[in-house]
Amino acid sequence: MTIDNIWVFGQLANGAPTPGTLELLTKARSLASQVSVFLGSEVSSASESLGQYGASKVYATGDLAGKLPGVAVSSAMKDVIDGGDKPSVIFFPQNYDGRDTMARLSVKLGRTVLTNNVDIAESSDGVIATTPIFGGNTLVNTAFTGDGPFLVAFRPKSFVAESVGGAAPQVISAPVGDLGAQGSAKVVASHVEESSGPKLDEANVVVSGGRGLGEAAKYSMIEDLAKLLKGAPGASRAIVDAGWVPYSYQVGQTGKVVKPTVYIAVGISGATQHMVGMKGSKNIIAINKDKEAPIFGIADLGIIGDVHKVIPKLIDALKSRP
Amino acid sequence: MNIVVCVKQIPDPATPGALDETTHALKRDGKLILDESDGYGVEMALQLVTTAGEGEVSLVSMAPNGEVSGLRTALAMGAAKGILVSDPTLAGSDALTTARILAAAITKLGKVDLVIAGTESSDGYTGTMPEQLAEILGLASITFAKKVKIEGGIVKVNRQSENGYDEVECPTPALITVTAGVVEPRYPSFKGIMAAKSKPIETVTAGDLGITPVGWAGSDQKIVKVVKAEARQAGQIIEDDGESHGKIVAFLENLKVI
Repeated sequence: MTIDNIWVFGQLANGAPTPGTLELLTKARSLASQVSVFLGSEVSSASESLGQYGASKVYATGDLAGKLPGVAVSSAMKDVIDGGDKPSVIFFPQNYDGRDTMARLSVKLGRTVLTNNVDIAESSDGVIATTPIFGGNTLVNTAFTGDGPFLVAFRPKSFVAESVGGAAPQVISAPVGDLGAQGSAKVVASHVEESSGPKLDEANVVVSGGRGLGEAAKYSMIEDLAKLLKGAPGASRAIVDAGWVPYSYQVGQTGKVVKPTVYIAVGISGATQHMVGMKGSKNIIAINKDKEAPIFGIADLGIIGDVHKVIPKLIDALKSRP
Repeated sequence: MNIVVCVKQIPDPATPGALDETTHALKRDGKLILDESDGYGVEMALQLVTTAGEGEVSLVSMAPNGEVSGLRTALAMGAAKGILVSDPTLAGSDALTTARILAAAITKLGKVDLVIAGTESSDGYTGTMPEQLAEILGLASITFAKKVKIEGGIVKVNRQSENGYDEVECPTPALITVTAGVVEPRYPSFKGIMAAKSKPIETVTAGDLGITPVGWAGSDQKIVKVVKAEARQAGQIIEDDGESHGKIVAFLENLKVI
């Protein structure tokens, strides 16, 4: 089949499209003549920007009134598909609400899903999605078989968002119908744990700490170093699971994907789960006492040493710079 | 309070993964163990049943080769019984087929108040199976739980969000997925390990559950090519001599970061 109509599961933050939404739109418009965005919210002030990145139509459910998007948005999507607008492919972001919505829709349509992808293409084998495995050293190309819509999720930063200067899209209301008991999960309060300074997935410098720090109190070194470098502090899954820092700090497959100019891994051995989230960094510095640590295999500068000695000296050196 | 936990038995993550040369599927022919991500769900279920003061924890699992060692680990932790769906045709099943199989297995267990699963498995990590399962069972769901309690028939969850967490609630019956670290999984006691040997595991086939087609035949996807990714070159690796912080400063200066 030929890809002619792609939908993008879109998300807004403070009324504007998220970077991930614009990345997916950019890729979608390179493959299909018709690209629609499906929002599980009001359109807010996002319409113009979505048009500039290539959307010709925007479906919007309106405010979900605290309902989790998985059940609600998949149901609204199914209604539009049943109404006759059948996309060839639907792009989802590999994040909480993207995953939930994709999974629910998969059952409603009886279609398989491909997740964790970094690319998609059309070839003689059909529509092919590319997934990195084994920490990214191997790429698997998987073809969809059977009929569309094909459901595919992409990791953040798989594509570079570029505006095409498109016209404002047509906005179409796609209300959520009665969901019954399945739709009963409601958000009753929201809490923000983000630290001050640049956002982890947008920072130019990221300094992450791992088990090698030894204890939770030593994480303050990571915060100090990040602050001095105008960067964001991050963490390996090991110390997030241990409760040293909140989940929002986690870099890796199940956390944030970062591609900063400089990534500094402090006391992180480099588990596959972590490397997947940071190996796209332009420059990597690693400090670890174990010279066999896998992180040294991808580091541009590796220091085999005790983080408790190297980092305080580094902090002092940076502070004493003119 | 009857809780079902979906558990996956996976190759030991400490051993390097490999792909089958013909099917390109992940090799799962060695000894399988309980996926560490599922230990959290088992522990959570045991704690919720203890708090409720009644009910039991059941397990459902799917494996092509009759493997039960991971199930025995969860039984040793304190689960009461398990259903294993196993037959050779299941190899190659996608997440949607797996959800259909587990939904049928859970239905066999009768009245269930809560279904718990990990957010994603450690070996395949498609990450959609639990939510697909909820849809098939017609259940409300709350994913990515980092804190869970049940009060007066309402499941109250702190759900991870991009920048913190949301408090989300829904009535039982429901499905939740739990993140790593949500609770500290207990180590099975010697008594628990001995008791687990006699706890019931019912083994059924996909055909017994009336689910066809499964495996490769039931998955609308096909791996067409596996290629090596471009390797990142390792750079300069030095031993700290007490002055290596200077190297880092020079490196950062060179990049105009400072």
